[in-house]
Amino acid sequence: MEGDIANMGQFIGAGLAAIGSGAAAIGVGHVAGNFLAGALRNPSAAPGQTATLFIGIAFAEALGIFAFLVSLLLMFAV
Amino acid sequence: MATDSEAGGLSFHPMDQFIVSRLFCSDNAETAINECTTNIAWYEITNMTVWLALSVLAVFALLVLGTRKRGVVPSRTQSVAELAYGFIHKMVEDVCGREGLKYFPYIMTLFMFIVMANFLALIPMSFSPTSQFAVTGVLAIAVFVTVIVLGFVKNGVGFLGLFWLTAAPLVMRPILAVIEFILFWMRPVSHAVRLGGAILAGHALLKVFAGFAQITPAAPLAIFGVVSIYALEVLVAAIQAYVFTILTCVYLKDALHPHH
Repeated sequence: MEGDIANMGQFIGAGLAAIGSGAAAIGVGHVAGNFLAGALRNPSAAPGQTATLFIGIAFAEALGIFAFLVSLLLMFAV
Repeated sequence: MATDSEAGGLSFHPMDQFIVSRLFCSDNAETAINECTTNIAWYEITNMTVWLALSVLAVFALLVLGTRKRGVVPSRTQSVAELAYGFIHKMVEDVCGREGLKYFPYIMTLFMFIVMANFLALIPMSFSPTSQFAVTGVLAIAVFVTVIVLGFVKNGVGFLGLFWLTAAPLVMRPILAVIEFILFWMRPVSHAVRLGGAILAGHALLKVFAGFAQITPAAPLAIFGVVSIYALEVLVAAIQAYVFTILTCVYLKDALHPHH
């Protein structure tokens, strides 16, 4: 095995940070699923709330992208 | 940079597509990367400036040249332009209210520029300007500064009411004010990184799947993967532009009506 321990730490850290993307996926699915559940109960109110849906998805997704950014930084900037 | 060139693996790195380099740059075999990508002065034309300019030209072609005839029965280009105009106009009116319509030109400019840059970046061999955090960061900081200036001009010190939630119990308000204040400063970061990160991740993923084509057993996976990720990226290009603009509207609404 070659390479130094700092490199290994970078890759392991990047992999751990990628778990955050999966967590964001759970969050986005939760937002979209709950929207659908509500929309099926009252379909007439649903079209007015699509903007709220996208804002909710965007906020949930942002934290996953922060995790992705951390892994990018570990891979290429550290 | 962690670029290991293994034999038989990827012959290109998935992140190479994001390197900003000079146009018409001669490659020196030994110092290939150093020649084209270091010490780029601000006036030099790089691949990024070209694609930024092309996206501005695409917006011009759609909105100015496309609507030049102004037919009562719109041509195809004109109806696309009218559709985009009506869509953003309705979004600004829904989120910010009627007085927000004064800022409609700014939001329309942001949306058209981002959506054109995102779509042009999907052309093979092109460069994606919105994947650069410098580009999205400037767009987000512009929105952030606009919101702060507008908030203080319109409401004076009342803009600070954004952090003082009157709906919460009095004991909680100072704690919530600190949290709201930190969240407020995180806005440009998340605003920029959301757009840049989504485009960056998607394009890197495309290149990772394209790299599978060199490994014979995985080549069918490469075709399937590239086609499906490309379709996803078309969707993401539109959705991220929409999300960026609708968050701009939400932040602008905070500047116009800081009290929740």
